[in-house]
Amino acid sequence: MSGVEGYMYPNEITLYWSVLIVLYPYITGLVAGAFILASLERVFRVEAVKPTYRLALLTALAFLLVAPLPLVLHLGHPFRSPEMYFTPHSTSAMAMFGYVYLWYLMAVLVLEIWLDYRREIVLLSQSSKGLLRLVYRIMTLGSSNISERSLAIDERVGWIVTLIGIPSAFLLHGYVGFIFGSIKANPWWSSPLMPVVFIFSAMVSGIAGVMLLYMALTKLRKQKIDMRCVDAIAMYMFYIYVIDFSLEMLDLVHRIYEANESFNSLNFMVHTKLYFSQIILQILLGTVTPLVLLFLTQVVKLPEIARKSMYVISGSLALIGVLAMRWNVVIGGQLFSKSFLGYTTYKMGLVTREGLLVAIFLTILPLFFLWALVKLLPPWPETSAHQASAGD
Amino acid sequence: MNLSRRQMLILLPAAAVAWKSVLAGTPESSPNYTMSEHWWGMLIDIPKCIGCGNCVRACQAENDVPDGHFRTWVERYHRSDWEMTREGDVTPNPLIVPEVISPDGGKEGFPAATDESGKYFFVPKMCNHCADSPCTQVCPVGATFISPDGVVLVDQTYCLGCAYCVQACPYGCRYIHPEKQVADKCTLCYHRITKGLTTACCEACPTGARQLVDLKDPKDPIHEFLKTHSVQVLKPQMATGAKVFYNDLDGSVR
Amino acid sequence: MSTFKEAGHLFRFAGLFVLAFLVFLVVRHFVVPKSFGEYGHYRGAAIGEIAARPVHFAGHAACESCHTDIADTKHAGKHAGVNCEACHGPLAKHADDPTAMTPVKPDTAVLCVRCHAASAARPKDFPQIAADHSNGLACETCHNPHSPGMDATPAAPAKKTASAGGAK
Repeated sequence: MSGVEGYMYPNEITLYWSVLIVLYPYITGLVAGAFILASLERVFRVEAVKPTYRLALLTALAFLLVAPLPLVLHLGHPFRSPEMYFTPHSTSAMAMFGYVYLWYLMAVLVLEIWLDYRREIVLLSQSSKGLLRLVYRIMTLGSSNISERSLAIDERVGWIVTLIGIPSAFLLHGYVGFIFGSIKANPWWSSPLMPVVFIFSAMVSGIAGVMLLYMALTKLRKQKIDMRCVDAIAMYMFYIYVIDFSLEMLDLVHRIYEANESFNSLNFMVHTKLYFSQIILQILLGTVTPLVLLFLTQVVKLPEIARKSMYVISGSLALIGVLAMRWNVVIGGQLFSKSFLGYTTYKMGLVTREGLLVAIFLTILPLFFLWALVKLLPPWPETSAHQASAGD
Repeated sequence: MNLSRRQMLILLPAAAVAWKSVLAGTPESSPNYTMSEHWWGMLIDIPKCIGCGNCVRACQAENDVPDGHFRTWVERYHRSDWEMTREGDVTPNPLIVPEVISPDGGKEGFPAATDESGKYFFVPKMCNHCADSPCTQVCPVGATFISPDGVVLVDQTYCLGCAYCVQACPYGCRYIHPEKQVADKCTLCYHRITKGLTTACCEACPTGARQLVDLKDPKDPIHEFLKTHSVQVLKPQMATGAKVFYNDLDGSVR
Repeated sequence: MSTFKEAGHLFRFAGLFVLAFLVFLVVRHFVVPKSFGEYGHYRGAAIGEIAARPVHFAGHAACESCHTDIADTKHAGKHAGVNCEACHGPLAKHADDPTAMTPVKPDTAVLCVRCHAASAARPKDFPQIAADHSNGLACETCHNPHSPGMDATPAAPAKKTASAGGAK
C-alpha cells in the first residue's frame, strides 16, 4: 500500500477532500475579512481606513464570485448541486451553503456596493457609450434618482446592511468552521473552537489582503500611500492576530494537557507529516514572525519606509500562514487513521480536476475579477465619475 | 448426484417457481415484506472468525464492489504481551497500540502468523447501520438516510459526491465509488434481505461468525444471545447507536 | 410619502428578490422528486430501487431444494454450517436456469487452504493443516469436501456435474 505507514482502515487511504477544499475556506475567509475591514469604517466609524472602504468591498465581491468554483469542481456530480437549494437537509451544516452564500452575495455585498456606488452608476449610465452604457443602465435598475434625499436614504440603508453584514460575514465563514468542528469522528477537527478560529484567521487574511492590494494598486497608479490608513489597518490586523494566535494556542495547549485517545497519533503527525506546513509555515513564519514585526511597529516609532516594508512582509506572511492553516486542518485531518494506528499520504495531482494547476488558477482568478470590478466601479476617492467616463 | 430423471422433472419446475418468488422485485411489490416489521442489524462472533476472507470476496461478487474499496473488510489484530526490554523501559501499551493488518481488506485471507506469543484475532468490519448515524446527519441534500427498517442506504441518483458523509463516519466504512462518483457502502444486502435471503457475507461465512439479525423479530436468536453473552459495539463513546454487535470484542480493537 | 418616491430604487431591488423567489418556488415544484419526503428527508422511491438490484448468490435454501443428496451428506458432517456458495461461489444464475449455467468445480488446492492453512492467528480449536499435510495430493483424495471428516466416506474422486440425468 503506497504511502501508508502503520494501519489505515482500507477506505481511508485515499483523501477525498483535496486542495480545492483547502482553497474554499481560504477564499471565503478573505471575503469575510475584507468585509470586516470595510465595516470598520462604515459601522465603527474608523475614519482612518476610509481610503480602503470601496476597495475592500470590491475585493470581497471578487473573491466571493470565485468561492463556489472549488466546491463545484470537487463534487462528483456538480450538476446536482441545485439539490442543496431544493432539498437542503436541516441537520447538515453544508446544506447552509447555498442560502448563506446567496444571502451574503445579494442581500449584503451586492446591495451595499450598489447603494454606495449608485450615484456614480447613474452618472456613468448617462455618460458612457456602447456596451458599457447598457451595463450601467441595467445596474441602475431603471431608476435615475440621485437626489439628496434618495442618497441620504441609501446611506442609512447601507449602514443597516453593513450592520447585518457583520454577523452575515461571520456566518458565511463560521459555518465552514462548523462543518469541520462538528465532526465527532475526526478528533483533529472536532472542537467548538473551530468556527471561532476560522473566523479570526479569516479576518487576519482578509485585512492583510486588502492592505497589500491597496498598497500595490496605489503604487501602480503612482499615487501616494495614505500611511495613516495603512497604520490603522496594521494595528487592527495586529490585535486580531493576537486573538487568533491565542485561540490556536489554547487549542494546542488543551490538546497537549488532556492528552486524550487521539493525542499520540496527532502529535506524531504534526511532528512528521505536518512539520513543514504547521510548525514552519503556519506557526513560525506565518504567525509568530508577523506578530513580532507588527508588535515592533506598534511600540517603536519607525520611519515610514521601515513600516511599509514590515507591513508588506507581515501581510504576505499572514496570507501564507492562513493558507497553511487551512491546509493543516483539511489535509491534516485526513492524513491520520481514525484507528489512531497509521498515516497516509496526500497525492496531489497536477493537471487533474482537483490538482495543483486548478488550485493556482482559482487563487489568481479573483484578481482578474477584481481588475474588472475596479475598472467598472473605480474605488479611488480622487477619481470622479466624469474622469472615468472620459477614459472609455 | 443421484436424482432420477423423473425426480428432476418434478423438482426443477418447483425450484424455478420457488426461486422466482424469491426474486420478487420491490418491497412494495413483494407481498411478504413490510418495512415496519423489521429492524436490521448484524452479530459478529469474534471467536468464530478464522480470517478466511470469504465474506469480503462474496460481498464484492454480490455488489460489484470496485477493487481497492471495501464495503466490508477483515482486520487481524495481534495484541502482544507487555515486554520489559530494559529495566524500567516499557514497550507501548499493547491494548492501545495493537498490531493490525488488513492486506487488501483480507480479501485473499491473511499471511500465516508466526508469533506464538500474545493473542491474535480477526475482526470483520462493515457499516454499522447506526440508529443515530453521524453520516446521515451531515448529508447536505438527503441522499443518504436510514430506511424505516433500520438500514442506512445511499440514493446514488441523488448523491452529489461531496464526501461529507465519508468524513463523518467514525468507522471508515464509506468511500466514493470511482466510476459512479457517488458515496457507496454496505447496504446490508438490502436487495437480498427484503426477499427473505441473508446477506452475501453471512451466506459465505463458513463458521457462522457473521449472522444477520432482525431485532424486531421475537423469534430471532439474537435476543437469546444478548442475554447470555457479553456484547459490544465499535467506538461506543461516539454514541452512534451502532447495530453491528460484536461478541467478545477485545479492548484493543479500534 | 415622498420617502417612498425617493426610495423607489430600493423597491426595485427588493422586487428582484421577490421575483427570483417566486421563480424558485415554481422550479422547485417541478424539480423535486415526487417521492421525496415520503419516509423522511430523502427520495422514498430510492428504497425500492435499491431493493430491486440483481441477486448473485442464490442462498443455500435454493441449492438444497434440488441437490438434496449433497445437502444430506453435508448436514451429517463437519461442513454442516458451510453454505454451498461459500465454496462454489455465486450461483443465482444456475439456480434461475440450471441448464443455462454449469458451475465450475472449485480447485481444492486453492480453496481449502484459505480456511485451513495453519496460522497462529486462527482459533486454536479450528482444524488446521501444515503445508506438507498431503505431500502434494489433492484434498479430495482423502476428504469428501461435503463431509470432510476422516470417519466419513470419501466421495469417489470422479468429475461430477449436477446436470439433469445423473441417474445412477
